[in-house]
Amino acid sequence: MTAFRTFFAATTALCAGSAALAADLEVTHWWTSGGEAAAVAEFAREFEAQTDHTWVDGAIAGGGGTARPVMVSRIIGGDPMGAFQFNHGRQAEELIEAGLLRDMTDVAEAEGWKDIVNPPSLLDACTVDGRIYCAPVNIHSWQWLWLSNAAFEKAGLDVPTNWDEFVAAGPALREAGITPMALGGQPWQSSGAFNVLMATLGGPGALQKIYGDGDAEMAAGDAMKRVFQAASDMREMVQGSNVQDWNQATNLVITDQAGGQIMGDWAQGEFAVAGEVAGEDYTCLPGLGVNEVISTGGDAIYFPVVDDEEISAAQDALAATLLNPQTQVAFNLKKGSLPVRADVDLEAANDCMKKGLEILASGAIMPDVNMLNTEDTNNQLNDLFVQFFQDTSISADDAQARFVDIVANKD
Amino acid sequence: MAATRPNRLFRNLTAKIAAIPMILTALVVFVGGTVWTVTYSFTSSKLLPKTKFVGLDQYERLWNTPRWMVSIENLLIYGIFMMVLSLVLGFVLAALLDQKIRYENTFRTILLYPFALSFIVTGLVWQWLLNPDFGIQSVIQRLGWQSFDFDPLYNADIVIYGVLIAGLWQGSGLVMCLMLAGLRGIDQEIWKASRVDGIPAWKTYIFIIIPMMRPVFITTLVIIASGIVRLYDLIVAQTGGGPGIASDVPAKYVYDYMFQGQNLGQGFAASTMMLLAVLVIVVPWAYLEFGGKKRV
Repeated sequence: MTAFRTFFAATTALCAGSAALAADLEVTHWWTSGGEAAAVAEFAREFEAQTDHTWVDGAIAGGGGTARPVMVSRIIGGDPMGAFQFNHGRQAEELIEAGLLRDMTDVAEAEGWKDIVNPPSLLDACTVDGRIYCAPVNIHSWQWLWLSNAAFEKAGLDVPTNWDEFVAAGPALREAGITPMALGGQPWQSSGAFNVLMATLGGPGALQKIYGDGDAEMAAGDAMKRVFQAASDMREMVQGSNVQDWNQATNLVITDQAGGQIMGDWAQGEFAVAGEVAGEDYTCLPGLGVNEVISTGGDAIYFPVVDDEEISAAQDALAATLLNPQTQVAFNLKKGSLPVRADVDLEAANDCMKKGLEILASGAIMPDVNMLNTEDTNNQLNDLFVQFFQDTSISADDAQARFVDIVANKD
Repeated sequence: MAATRPNRLFRNLTAKIAAIPMILTALVVFVGGTVWTVTYSFTSSKLLPKTKFVGLDQYERLWNTPRWMVSIENLLIYGIFMMVLSLVLGFVLAALLDQKIRYENTFRTILLYPFALSFIVTGLVWQWLLNPDFGIQSVIQRLGWQSFDFDPLYNADIVIYGVLIAGLWQGSGLVMCLMLAGLRGIDQEIWKASRVDGIPAWKTYIFIIIPMMRPVFITTLVIIASGIVRLYDLIVAQTGGGPGIASDVPAKYVYDYMFQGQNLGQGFAASTMMLLAVLVIVVPWAYLEFGGKKRV
């Protein structure tokens, strides 16, 4: 009898034990386009294969602008999810200060993130007062010019190798019935493209000095005057691209209706889906072919404080899974982004991705705008540049004056 | 013992108890929320509300923001045109329907149908109709009128009128119904009397019927006005505030800064300005309308 009782007690304990290990972890994110959904499915697969926990997918459609307020209100409202995606940088600053996000330093130390994460600035963007609050999962860079080879052929031109050649080709493209440049109507695309012009044409460190240090004098200076002139050229070139979403704009380039587009490296997912080959059908120019430098922004997973040990254990397990080499390769190949660790093998990467990896390895990198600006500042920049690119009545000088104002008052 | 006068407080006690939840809701949610919002509009709250007071900084920034000015201008244009046109359209339609025509029910239903659609659906429908490559412009150009040019949604100068068209299409049916109800409430004897006196119908409408319909007009005005101030979803669905920021409205500014921009203080300041604008219009009007004891 006693033996039986011990046996039962032992099995119950075992059951309880295994139940404690396996938790349902809800992960919210805004990866909903074709390539993104495929990439996040890799996370779910690896997480469930490598641990006992279950991935509960909480995708929110509509992009970061729609998803972030939903996530924040859930966290503030006391109904936190298990983990969520943000662009790391200053977006989560206040949530961390309010003590709503979990300190993941223990996991980071156990996994040795300090040694493997490359470039280290990615981890710095997760760090507040020496503690690590997020797991960086990929590197996305903005500084790419995508060009349609067929569009230039039709206009009887060589494919440009830098920004100036591209601007010079504008009138000929226009004559051939091709919109020289595609730009979607969403505000973030306008400010994003401007930030690229600024980072590549504004001289070394322009982004860091103006956004990072709030250098209003430099924002008003001659180097920036040239950037605004380039933006004004770009405004001429984008006339007539009546589209809203970034992927519709990319589609204009894919279908050779537009000459080119400034967009982040996520655009190559669209080229891949359309069956286009880098170098043959389209050309990519990192740093607009002027200044081969890429920013190292990207996505990171944050973990809210939850009052449940099972969930906390699952959060630790997820954090460790996200950065292991196998997950990194599977995820980033689907996403079209670069892995956050240099020691993984990305054989299957295409030409453009390889260019990105080379630049990353050479160290020609800079911080992402999200790491330097608060969302408030970004929103003001969005307002300014979406108006500038859509309304030709605003002169470059006026826009620069407003830009200086935003920089001077930024926090 | 002589019966003491019942305390006024306890008269109709059940009714008062029943009203307590609603009174509390009104006080806490509406008044409390308003006071809270106004208070925090003087702080530098970003993502989370903080009591770090910065005086009028948020308001100063608000009134120096070009986007806010564009929003106000748009709301004024939309508001004035919407108010006038939907009243005129609604009344004319109602007057036409009131001519004892055949199939009145059918026409009424058709005209009221757009109102059953949400602003989101309305916005999307008109986004397609006004799209230069698929909508009205391309249809008419394909009919042979090549020079026909009508793409308000892609022209920053007139985009707000594109939104106005959708708003009118959606809202006029309701105004028509309210007006029709008002017209039906007019005693037929008045029509007979005016006919005997040989007054033309349009004169009867303008000088006799419309003044008699004053209460209906006031109700309608309030409904239209509240629809104008909270204009948001139509913009989001139809133009997204674009091109650029050319079709922005105050409610969208508030939402964008509170949630996307992670700047609560700025959003609160903008919504306080909206409240102030409504009060400036509503208070004198309510005073005139309900304040005087003598009513006709």
